[in-house]
Amino acid sequence: MTNSWTDIKNTDLVVIMGGNAAEAHPCGFKWVTEAKANRGAKLIVVDPRFTRSASVSDVYAPIRQGTDIAFLLGLINYCIQNDKVQWDYLKAFTNATYVVKEGFTYQDGLFSGYNEAKRDYDKSSWDYDIGPDGFAVVDATLANPRCVWNLLKKHVAVYTPKMVERICGTPKDRFLKVAAMVAETSSPTKAMTSMYALGWTQHSKGSQNIRAMAMLQLVLGNIGIRGGGMNALRGHSNIQGLTDLGLMSNLLPGYLTLPTEKEVDLAAYMSTRGFKPLRPNQMSYWQNYRKFFVSFQKSMWGNAATPENGFAYDYLPKLDLPGYDLLRAFELMHQGKMNGYFCQGFNPLQAAPNKKKVIESLSKLKYLVIMDPLDTETGRFWENHGPYNDVDPSQIQTEVYQLPSTCFAEDDGSLVNSGRWLQWHWAGGTPPGEAKRDTWIMAQLYLRLKELYTKEGGAFADPIVKLNWPYADPGDPKAEELAQEINGRALARVTDTADPTKVLAEAGKLLPGFAALRDDGSTSCGCWIYSGCFNENGNNMARRDTTDPDETGAYSKWAFSWPANRRILYNRASADLTGKAWDPSRKVIEWDGTKWSGYDVPDILPTAKPDQVGPFIMNPEGVSRLFTRGMMRDGPFPAHYEPFESPIANPIAPKVRGNPAARVFEGDMAQFAESASQEFPYAATSYRLTEHFHFWTKHVITNAVMQPEFFVEISEQLAAEKGITKGGWVRVWSKRGSVVAKAMVTKRIRPLTCDGKTVHIVGIPLHWGFTGAAKKGFGPNMLTPFVGDANIETPEYKAFLVNIEPVAGPVA
Amino acid sequence: MNINLSRRAFLQTAGAGVAGTSLGALGFGDSEAAHAAAIRPFKLANTTETRNTCPYCSVACGIILYSKGDLRKGEPADITHIEGDTDHPTNRGTLCPKGSALLGFVKSPTRLQHPMIRRPGSDKFEPISWEDALGRIARLMKDDRDKNFVAMNNDGVTVNRWITTGFLAASASTNETAFATYKVVRSAGMLVFDNQARV
Repeated sequence: MTNSWTDIKNTDLVVIMGGNAAEAHPCGFKWVTEAKANRGAKLIVVDPRFTRSASVSDVYAPIRQGTDIAFLLGLINYCIQNDKVQWDYLKAFTNATYVVKEGFTYQDGLFSGYNEAKRDYDKSSWDYDIGPDGFAVVDATLANPRCVWNLLKKHVAVYTPKMVERICGTPKDRFLKVAAMVAETSSPTKAMTSMYALGWTQHSKGSQNIRAMAMLQLVLGNIGIRGGGMNALRGHSNIQGLTDLGLMSNLLPGYLTLPTEKEVDLAAYMSTRGFKPLRPNQMSYWQNYRKFFVSFQKSMWGNAATPENGFAYDYLPKLDLPGYDLLRAFELMHQGKMNGYFCQGFNPLQAAPNKKKVIESLSKLKYLVIMDPLDTETGRFWENHGPYNDVDPSQIQTEVYQLPSTCFAEDDGSLVNSGRWLQWHWAGGTPPGEAKRDTWIMAQLYLRLKELYTKEGGAFADPIVKLNWPYADPGDPKAEELAQEINGRALARVTDTADPTKVLAEAGKLLPGFAALRDDGSTSCGCWIYSGCFNENGNNMARRDTTDPDETGAYSKWAFSWPANRRILYNRASADLTGKAWDPSRKVIEWDGTKWSGYDVPDILPTAKPDQVGPFIMNPEGVSRLFTRGMMRDGPFPAHYEPFESPIANPIAPKVRGNPAARVFEGDMAQFAESASQEFPYAATSYRLTEHFHFWTKHVITNAVMQPEFFVEISEQLAAEKGITKGGWVRVWSKRGSVVAKAMVTKRIRPLTCDGKTVHIVGIPLHWGFTGAAKKGFGPNMLTPFVGDANIETPEYKAFLVNIEPVAGPVA
Repeated sequence: MNINLSRRAFLQTAGAGVAGTSLGALGFGDSEAAHAAAIRPFKLANTTETRNTCPYCSVACGIILYSKGDLRKGEPADITHIEGDTDHPTNRGTLCPKGSALLGFVKSPTRLQHPMIRRPGSDKFEPISWEDALGRIARLMKDDRDKNFVAMNNDGVTVNRWITTGFLAASASTNETAFATYKVVRSAGMLVFDNQARV
């Protein structure tokens, strides 16, 4: 989230699209209720299903899953056509005025530079004109036909209300009602908030779904202000933290990236990072990249990271591919190229797409290690559970270790909520049986590995035996010790660069924040964006002061919000070019002639002059991007692409199937149903329920009683067409698998008309498996396709094709 | 009825008459809330309170764990009740149908209790000690790493990667667990590394 849950009370309009907060985030949704009750805010819900969020909305617009970009670009087009643009914000705070190079084009669904064989683009034409002064060329008048604004205008022109209806199935009058309400927030005194979740990410163009809304929010001037923002609701309690800390193939903590094998040394690595400003006076904060990287290397390898060895640059593995994400991991396993796999609190047999492929993959491993508080399906993938897990254990040679770990109630530490608050919690109970904390398990494994390498030697032992492991009890690091390591420490005295007589931290002391980081090895810091979370003032994540001056919803003294305890990202954009709040009743920070101050920590140098330094300090432009240069694999603007399995061909680019830049493994393409398939005519989507949390709460008797059994949800029309009765049994199958379930026939799902064709939707909730207290059931991943988003490889769980028929009775 | 009566006295009075009758029906009317507040301190008087947050979604509602026994005094602690934290700015004491049943998660019969091993081709888990399990896993890791570690690519560039063993990290473990995990996984040179944010 750019903002926070408590900030939602400040909004005038909530758009829930790509999420279902009332059911999946009920106690956060109360802030929507608060805004409706106290400010007269309105709620719009756009969803294929009439959800509980929709049931309390002011306007509900049905949409076919996988067509959000057409809807959102339709909204941008509407704003442009009707002059509903916050012009001052747009011109000053976005790259609308930047001139794009000759050579950039978009035609027939493809941007310039497409290579069909590689399913990839040469992105060299997706960039600005750079002037002789080294800065990007801009045209403040917006007259240049190649400026971003004019290219955007042209790009979205095809998404008329009629085209939106044709692609999305949203009735034109309903779309226009939504558009009119959204467009009103282009006023500097109106705010709209976007609340989204996995309904947007789980598509082969998930990243572009989110970008499309972010662009709309920028056109309307709704980023950086109270009650505005792009607010990812996030699925699990520490998804944000795990990502911030870089537990992904290609990441280092704090959104630094792992080197590729083309970057042979630290100098080569740094040459493509640490971006220089693209416009005069801009902060371009990544110029500090080297400080963050060197401090991270010091936290990893301490004294073994020296200037002479590039701060242990070679201790990091180098990538040969963009990344070894979950889908690639299972693909490699399936090819027999992997031997071992660890699952720490993750149940991929349930959570990954195409379950048959996942079982086959796990069966080819030599060893599998499960660390979990619960008895997961993945730990028992080798066990026969009739149709729910139809395997022959004697044919599976994988050695499986099932290690019991503690749960939240038995562990100290911090989690990061969707609003970026790092909140500390304490253990209240004794773990059951021999269950152990994950920190203990990881430390014990590490110490054994280190001992083996010390005794026996082996492949490149240095990074293991020289790993910095400075804990009082090396076999059981304490959460506080790790939190301090993440925050960072001075290894030598650190002084202010502007005033060397001013000491920021003495050697050995905790750093006050990331501004004290240095690139000479004199500081150590595990994750720069968290720096300040546990400094010499104490554990700031454990703060419990509920003071909230003028009730802005900031709660600045509660816990710690990254970065630098900032509660609203880009908050500089809440004020105009003179530094005054666009809306005085919505002030966040203001310029008093010499500095920025207000309710929040300024998202800019406090002395940065408002008419010179742009608010988007992480970008070398200093402004936000409507056109994102070569930074995304599938285009500098979002464009509508159908899901890989779609009930209709792409109406604006009939020859393009799915997202043309999405990676598809060889065997998987053959397992997709063709577009407008006769064999698989229905558009399926997965979802979750109010009463369950993923695959965890089926282990809880109360929740298992409330929603005991797997079902699929269909419309009355489809039920009538297929002779399916309420509560009757059905079989649902895709090109990859088949499930049997009870049918829930409802009015919550209705057929849509898309491109002149009736499209029936089948809803498939995901909470059941073969362990726990609920009845055994299948879930959608027997059916889902093995393909991910072009940029970040999140699987396309939300849009695929199935068939359905009534069947006689229970099979198990 | 005197609203200052103690919880014990109240229970005796109510229990003697109409078991199961609600406070409102007993005639408390507006004083119901005040009364509930008055007896609240007694409800969990013999328990230790610990601040925590709900482990499910990212709203991260504040919760209070009530336990018999206090870990901070070195005692074993048995959690007997979990409720919303009324001081928490986001949830202000409320919990959803998932969070309300958290005690059932802590106490679930399908919580894992002991390390287990499933041997190749077997149809069952068998107990194994922590010592043996950790020792064998470390051995498996080292053997695989030593055999398949790629120190240099075909162009002679140092790449130091290990891609035949992978690690899938959690979604609800703490930042501190995540960082310890990061250090162990990356120092071994693993690239097949991901977490639940991916899906």
